[in-house]
Amino acid sequence: MSALLEVRDLTQRFGGLVANADVSIDVRVGEILGLIGPNGAGKSTLFNAIAGVRKPTEGRIGFAGRDVTDLAAPQRCALGIARTFQVVKSFETMSVVENVMVGAFARAASAREAREKARAVLEFTGLGARENAMAQELTPPEKRRLEVARALATEPKLLLLDEAMTGLTPAEARQGVELVRAIRERGVTIVMVEHVMEIVMPLVDRAIVLDLGRVIAEGAPADIVRDERVITAYLGERHRARDA
Amino acid sequence: MAGASPDIARRNNLILAICVAAAVACLPLVVKDVYIQNMLVLTLMYAALSQSWNILSGYCGQISLGHALYFGIGAYATLLLFTKFGVLPWFGMVAGGAIAAVVAAAVGYPCFRLKGHYFVIATIVIAEAGLLLMLNWDWAGAAMGIEVPVRGDSWAKFQFARSKLPYFYFALGLALVAWIVTWKIEDSRWGYWWRAVKDNAEAAESLGVVVFRSKMAAAAVSAFLTAVGGGFYAQFVSYIDPESVMSFQFSLLMALPAVLGGIGTLWGPAVGAAILIPITEVTRSYAGGTGKGFDLIVYGLLVMGIALGRPEGIVGAFSARKRAKAA
Repeated sequence: MSALLEVRDLTQRFGGLVANADVSIDVRVGEILGLIGPNGAGKSTLFNAIAGVRKPTEGRIGFAGRDVTDLAAPQRCALGIARTFQVVKSFETMSVVENVMVGAFARAASAREAREKARAVLEFTGLGARENAMAQELTPPEKRRLEVARALATEPKLLLLDEAMTGLTPAEARQGVELVRAIRERGVTIVMVEHVMEIVMPLVDRAIVLDLGRVIAEGAPADIVRDERVITAYLGERHRARDA
Repeated sequence: MAGASPDIARRNNLILAICVAAAVACLPLVVKDVYIQNMLVLTLMYAALSQSWNILSGYCGQISLGHALYFGIGAYATLLLFTKFGVLPWFGMVAGGAIAAVVAAAVGYPCFRLKGHYFVIATIVIAEAGLLLMLNWDWAGAAMGIEVPVRGDSWAKFQFARSKLPYFYFALGLALVAWIVTWKIEDSRWGYWWRAVKDNAEAAESLGVVVFRSKMAAAAVSAFLTAVGGGFYAQFVSYIDPESVMSFQFSLLMALPAVLGGIGTLWGPAVGAAILIPITEVTRSYAGGTGKGFDLIVYGLLVMGIALGRPEGIVGAFSARKRAKAA
């Protein structure tokens, strides 16, 4: 399998703080990759660098065989990188279908085409019945779905999910997992930042663990949860003590 | 099902606009009073201007209180091109629009990096700078201003001393054009992108919207239409000086109808202008010479009333109720 996204020696400094240090990761075509790590590990920084929100201090980012390091977020979207936000950012004064149309216009020539695409995506994400509601009227889990629908409407090759399951009840999270799987079935590669281990581990093909801005482990979920460094860094000393 | 077929809803809206325009076009058959005709011209002109303002500030969310700059550019370009170079006002208005669009882009280039209140303040300051510039530019008449040289009533030269009606029909046409431009944009890529920029610029960027370019496009369209309105006003009053076309009051008068009627809505500016401008004119004439500024007090009260009772404006309140009923 070839790499869709290649991050090479990425370093991000904020003044004296090093949020990412020499991070190199590959994301393979068609996989679901989990990006995990404790708070402050640099997950969001890495995520934003990939999405094009902030240029890295050092290092390169390649996508689909192109160097995209210097491209801004809209251009990366045009190439096929889409994202959701950890804190949902719906277009509150627009209806659900209009929210998704904004994304659909990345590929659609006319409003009619954008509307058709948006409706298809809403159907797929289970929001079909809500298309005429205003975004501000949606429940929190519906808003999370809207984030995903909007991103999908841009027809991405790579979808970045930033804690898309946070704040969901276990039942809602299960539906979310189903949705992520269905998205992958459509050929979209997925990178997900997630806190809730019980959700991430069964879902992802591979996990990368960050701690203090560095990659400390990488591999299949089953191996990751047994990795000593991961248990120490992520699950904490307390957890290891209990295992011992 | 409201909204199930947006194409039909949009077509109905267009039919309604054409019917309203046709009805307004018939008003002179019953309204013979020149004072009221004058008021109608101003009402239509402010409907057009506010509609133009609404494109940048209502749809794209970039609140400008400096649109007097573009209004003045249109007025000056039209009169200067005619008096200095003999260019007919029809071309002058379009040229003024084009100049204003370029200036809007030039102003936007630094200012669109500013957010919220800082942007608003910058627009005010730049319009005031424009006013000062015109006050001191001798070639353009400086503080004395310029006059339309009287050449007799003529459509080509767009001046009519004996009748208000040609101005009335032009103003109606302009208001209708501004409405149709908004209507057309509303269901286009720019329309959705501008609203997305207004609601959440960061999310818009992540979905492929180049926020900066979107704002520039909105500013250019908005400034163009505003300047055409300025050119019309210059012909209508036939004498302009910097204070009479570029003062801060014009910037307010373009914003207020939209705010009152419903900011970022298709019908808000027209509804707002139809209420606000007649009230202004009436209070101004009743308050007489001592009443300078009294009309502004009335605006203030109206806007406060709207802000407290219906912050989304008259049209906004109406469509919210319709949606609630449909749901």
